Amino acid sequence: MKHLLSTADLSKDDALLLLDTSAQMAATQSREIKKLPTLRGRTVVNLFYEDSTRTRISFETAAKRLSADVINFSAKGSSVSKGESLKDTALTLHAMGADAVVVRHWASGAPAQLAHAGWLDAAVLNAGDGTHMHPTQALLDAFTIRRHLVGLRGGGADRDGVGSDLAGLKVAIVGDVLHSRVARANVRLLHTLGAQVTLVSPPTLLPVGVEAWPCRTSYDLDATLADWQPDAVMMLRVQRERMSGGSGAFFPSPLEYTRYFGLDGRRLALLPEHAIVLHPGPMNRGLEISAEAADSDRAVIVEQVANGVAVRMAALYLLLAHTEAAHTEGTSL
Amino acid sequence: MSTGTGMPGTPEGTTVLGASDVARALTRIAHEIVERAKGAQDVVLLGIPTRGVTLAVRLAERLAAIDPAFDPARDVGELDVTMYRDDLRRQPTRAVGVTRLPEAGIEGKTVVLVDDVLYSGRTIRAALDAIGDLGRPRAVRLAALVDRGHRELPIRPDFVGKNLPTATSESVRVRLAEVDGEDAVVISGRAADAPGAAERGEATR
Repeated sequence: MKHLLSTADLSKDDALLLLDTSAQMAATQSREIKKLPTLRGRTVVNLFYEDSTRTRISFETAAKRLSADVINFSAKGSSVSKGESLKDTALTLHAMGADAVVVRHWASGAPAQLAHAGWLDAAVLNAGDGTHMHPTQALLDAFTIRRHLVGLRGGGADRDGVGSDLAGLKVAIVGDVLHSRVARANVRLLHTLGAQVTLVSPPTLLPVGVEAWPCRTSYDLDATLADWQPDAVMMLRVQRERMSGGSGAFFPSPLEYTRYFGLDGRRLALLPEHAIVLHPGPMNRGLEISAEAADSDRAVIVEQVANGVAVRMAALYLLLAHTEAAHTEGTSL
Repeated sequence: MSTGTGMPGTPEGTTVLGASDVARALTRIAHEIVERAKGAQDVVLLGIPTRGVTLAVRLAERLAAIDPAFDPARDVGELDVTMYRDDLRRQPTRAVGVTRLPEAGIEGKTVVLVDDVLYSGRTIRAALDAIGDLGRPRAVRLAALVDRGHRELPIRPDFVGKNLPTATSESVRVRLAEVDGEDAVVISGRAADAPGAAERGEATR
């Protein structure tokens, strides 16, 4: 692995290595001294063309916990607002000696372009591109699901479910699939890890070509929860900022959306006893998720944020700890 | 790993310690640990994966037999030093292992690090850094089954199973029943073991 661009490129072994490494990273985060010297002297650039609070802070925390230097570069108030192209920005970062670039971009495919165009030789981590992919979010979702439904529920000595995949688990992903890179990233990763996925969404918010994805689809949330009995429900944010013409363009009214696709206390009661509720954040309380559901003890939404740091530490460690030359040199200790 | 003549029963290389030698060395180390710490009540054993952990478990049984104040279930842990190594950039990515400390922590305890082969000392340096992030033990000691020399840092072991003078071209492997199916310490890569040079009976140095 040189870059982390898409969950579709991850083999099952890669994905499990990332999740298992995340478990070890998570273990270090409960210590008094959380900082590790592992990436000392490395520079990680957070290149954010789109507003983001939690992903940027999560990556920044992860890099700092591994002792890397972090440079934050947001498009607002930078040379980008003066019209600099992605290429010129990349060349600048290369000249500054960045070892890794964490990129969030409004255009799908921008991280892949950055990784393969030869502008810079740093490792590229996709922190969300357009409506394409958000691999670290999917990894932290899978990590959280594995921890709760394989590790804790298995009752074994290993609370994180290290080494296990998600075979046999059922995950419902509910809401605005059309605009959601989180849904796309999760469908691929959960499929690779052996889980079954059902997308639940109004017809207008399912993308064209969804039949080709490795998952089922449904327009009926109540039926899916009651009949399919998912082990985990992932609520997606209704992305009003991506809906030109306001929310009315995709569904008649926010209230109707809530009635049909919002998770509330009644729908929560339809789920099996062990089922958990995930949300990638930020939540629209009262729209896709009610306060009752968001604050219930089934919701693992806050834990997802903590796991996000561990997953991003694992990704940075696996991409950055070695240099490319190491694969050929091979020194012994 | 070169193929060559070895003593009967080993796949390759020369066996320098057999199962009974390993057992005796561990028993002696256990006694030395108790003697040095004047009892075993505050002793914590931390094994360095993979084989250091196995050795720590075996040492723990012996410590408990000598001093009942030592509880093998309570006072043994493992310490993964991967993220503290100074050679990460020169090697393919290593998987991060498990660090598991005793329930009571290491604060104020006498920590005995346990490793199989002591060589450059860099692993121990990494372990000392890792311990520094986990707490402040009263003392840190080092037990190694084999000391093969060639230190690159000012680090010395407190308890050694066997001093084994080697050349840097040789490789020393500790094989343990729990991991490898047998107990032995094997040296390979000696001149006589080099591919093509080895004939049965040709002397090792």
